Amino acid sequence: MSTSLSADLRRENLQSEGWTTRSFSFIKDVLRNRLAAIGVLIVGGLLLVALFAPWLSPFDPNMQFASDARQPPSSQYFFGTDTIGRDNFSRILYGTRVSLMVGLASMAFAATLGVTTGLVAGYYGGWIDTVLMRTMDALLAFPAVLLAIFIIAVLGPSLLNAILAVGIVYTPTFARLIRASALSIREKEYLESARSIGLSDGQIMRRVILLNSLSPIVVQFSLGVGYAILIEAGLSFLGLGVQPPTPAWGSMLGYGRNYMSIAPWLTAFPGMAIFVTVLGFNFVGDGLREALDPRMRRI
Amino acid sequence: MQQYILRRLIQMVFVLFLFSMVVFTVLRLVPGDPVAAQLGLEASPEAYDQLRQEMGLDRPIYVQYMVWLGEVAQGDFGTSWRSRQTAISLIQRRFPATIWLTAAAIGIGLAISVPLGIISGVRPRSLLAHFATFFSLVGIALPSFWLGLMLLLTLAVSLRWLPPSGYISPFVDPVMGLKFLAMPAVTLGIGLAAPLTRFIRSGMLDVMNADYIRTARAKGLVGRLIVLRHALKNAMLSVVTIFGVLLGSLLGGSIITESVFNWPGIGTLLLQAIQQRDYGIVQGVVLFISLIFMTVNLLVDLTYAYLDPRIRFQ
Repeated sequence: MSTSLSADLRRENLQSEGWTTRSFSFIKDVLRNRLAAIGVLIVGGLLLVALFAPWLSPFDPNMQFASDARQPPSSQYFFGTDTIGRDNFSRILYGTRVSLMVGLASMAFAATLGVTTGLVAGYYGGWIDTVLMRTMDALLAFPAVLLAIFIIAVLGPSLLNAILAVGIVYTPTFARLIRASALSIREKEYLESARSIGLSDGQIMRRVILLNSLSPIVVQFSLGVGYAILIEAGLSFLGLGVQPPTPAWGSMLGYGRNYMSIAPWLTAFPGMAIFVTVLGFNFVGDGLREALDPRMRRI
Repeated sequence: MQQYILRRLIQMVFVLFLFSMVVFTVLRLVPGDPVAAQLGLEASPEAYDQLRQEMGLDRPIYVQYMVWLGEVAQGDFGTSWRSRQTAISLIQRRFPATIWLTAAAIGIGLAISVPLGIISGVRPRSLLAHFATFFSLVGIALPSFWLGLMLLLTLAVSLRWLPPSGYISPFVDPVMGLKFLAMPAVTLGIGLAAPLTRFIRSGMLDVMNADYIRTARAKGLVGRLIVLRHALKNAMLSVVTIFGVLLGSLLGGSIITESVFNWPGIGTLLLQAIQQRDYGIVQGVVLFISLIFMTVNLLVDLTYAYLDPRIRFQ
């Protein structure tokens, strides 16, 4: 009974926004944008690499072949070896796992915390709204990298803390987004009808507001993953992220930097990996934004 | 207008207060004893107690906080837990380097993004516009530290045109100073220019379609005149709008860029202090950076409110 009710409310909202319920044409819209298609390919490829890294890597990423140290790229070691003889290519493949994990987990954290905060603040209003949103504003008031570095300085460098740091930095974005949505929906009639039918506050927040705000959240999530990966790479580069010996692109760059004149391949490839990854997620995010929000002008 | 200024000032002070409390408390909760850090493990219990008393660490935490606030108000941002140097002296020594880097980066960033943004907004189908889009897409995804490293690799290591690291104030030695400044500033500047180009372009597109432009055209004003006058003004307005956000990414980017080039600025100071667990310095530097950041933001907001009266009445 309640599921058909929320479906009714949702359909009503979609129709009032000028959409059809056959909204799976948006997948076609996304793919029509060539850049987004490239992005999807890249992201898909990265997910596969991350999942199947052990099978795709020719060598163990931490195994040191001391006699083959400092080799330039060759048919045996595709991306060369580092100064203690580890295969660069395998390390880059395994590094995908760290980057994707931090990117996706930190965004999941930020989205969960941020959306909950924004929902509660937007729905209840009043002093709850003020307190919550002032906290979010205070967080937003500080430069992202500085805040992340500070959180790491306090918690200590590790994968989990990197996820937490980036997640905390990005939470206010989601909170603001959904609060704006909640505020606009509060004005509309179907909130009244939902309440008059007896839906609880929680149900209203979840079904009515959340369901109708999904598209900006999804767009922000996708763009945020790219951003998170950049910040994580920066943190690792500074030695504040994932700790050795776990292979991570940022720390590989930090390490390779000391040997740039004798082994430039150690800096070229990890950086390329970061760049392609972030580009892919950005393309997907932009494509989603164009497809899901027809009112937004092309930037 | 004065009400707005007052409101913003109070807001800023409040946030700073809150933030300083958080910074202070949180750093005290971190494991690691500053006294042990200074004296080592071999010293006698009496020496420990004496140093602890000297540093004021034996008093309750809120008293410590009050004392610290008092010190900050007098310009004492704390002391290093390792070397007994004051945070202020270290900051003073390193701040000019960061200012040079930031100013040069802003200059380069604006020099790239404003023309690109305007032209690609006014002539969206031109080759330059497509290049601008390409540039901003690539620039946003590019890790700035990688760009810096690649510049180092090509210009300093391979071609040897520029020195790989080092700093001298361009006031003291303009030629060498600029040579040292070139790569870091370009690195940071490109990171700034990429999103800014996008933003200016979208702002231009909005303006070009606006009614008053059409009216002016209909009245017969020369196209180029309209473009130049309105375009520049709107581009500048876009820059001011986004400046607060940009400043944030500039600060973050400068920390990383300074690290890449071993630039002796505030960023590397902070990083070294963190690595050495010298929380006295970390505290002082974080507070200092926040102070600067918020002040500049406040000035930008005030400028914007002055230019656009609608903002004042929010």
